[in-house]
Amino acid sequence: MKYLILAIAGIMAMSACTNTAKHTLPILGQRNAVTKTVNGKSEVDTVYQTIPKFKFINQHGDSISNKSLDGDIYVADFFFTSCPNICPVMHRNMLDVYHTFKGVGDFKIISYSIDPKHDSVNVLKKYADRLGVTGNSWWFLQGKKEDTYSLAKSYMVSAQEGVHDGYFILIDKQKRIRGSYMGTDPAEVKKLIEDIKILRAEPDQSIVQ
Amino acid sequence: MRTALIVFGFALVVMGGSCQSEQEIDFQRYYSAGSVVFQQHCQNCHGNTGEGLSALMPPLTDSVFLRKNKADLACYLQNGLSSPIKVGPKVYDNKMPPSGLTPVEIAEVLTYVTNSFGNKMGTYNTETVEKNLKMCQ
Repeated sequence: MKYLILAIAGIMAMSACTNTAKHTLPILGQRNAVTKTVNGKSEVDTVYQTIPKFKFINQHGDSISNKSLDGDIYVADFFFTSCPNICPVMHRNMLDVYHTFKGVGDFKIISYSIDPKHDSVNVLKKYADRLGVTGNSWWFLQGKKEDTYSLAKSYMVSAQEGVHDGYFILIDKQKRIRGSYMGTDPAEVKKLIEDIKILRAEPDQSIVQ
Repeated sequence: MRTALIVFGFALVVMGGSCQSEQEIDFQRYYSAGSVVFQQHCQNCHGNTGEGLSALMPPLTDSVFLRKNKADLACYLQNGLSSPIKVGPKVYDNKMPPSGLTPVEIAEVLTYVTNSFGNKMGTYNTETVEKNLKMCQ
């Protein structure tokens, strides 16, 4: 009996390994089937949920829109600089992501402030400096509150007055959602780092939907 | 044989435990209660190993700072901190909110912090906390 359990455990462990070896990330969110006419024939195509247009300002005072992220894989989260509970934990973990991919050209981190009244460009800049974030690979954005809250829904997270989820959302170059990770859990953030590597290796990354 | 060894070992531990001095028991009580208070009120910002967070949140690993400011630590916890502090070579000027902890909890968490992360300063008891709190600026 003991050997049987061991054998089953062994098989499970092996199959777990083979699963991760050939792993592609799922595409999350809503999807619709659309019928298109290609060369006179009608074809059914799947249209996935994507991140809609937005326009915000980053910690350097630059205007940042969805277009600024064209050609980038990015991770998004929602926070505010005076948040006393989960934000320090989230950004302590996000620093690992930042340092892992800092020198990579097609990767960014986007942190949307849910408290634009307090988190002015200056406050965001100071926060980034103190966190040790330089350059343009991690942007801290602020804009209209309503825009931020409604944009959060497109990332499948909740953000409202003074409250927000702690998820890190992984977005691919076609602006589709490819993963959602609890930013306060170091193990999930480790998985995020591995998933970013998988996503960067995906061959059709440059094709814009 | 194995069982006998376990029983013997257990007896040794119990005997060892009963030989602890009153002070050590007191310390253990403060320290273990303090670790729970730390997890609930301090760890998010200061980190689970007291490492702080870049230049945002100061570390709790600087024994020199803790010793030098020992009499003020209780006040920091009760009233928060809004003036900049220098820990090691770095200045931290982020605000720390008042903790909302009772003097007993302050004593517990200070015993935990000042005896963890490479610090070793002994028990910080409730009487000391209450005395220090009267001197807050």
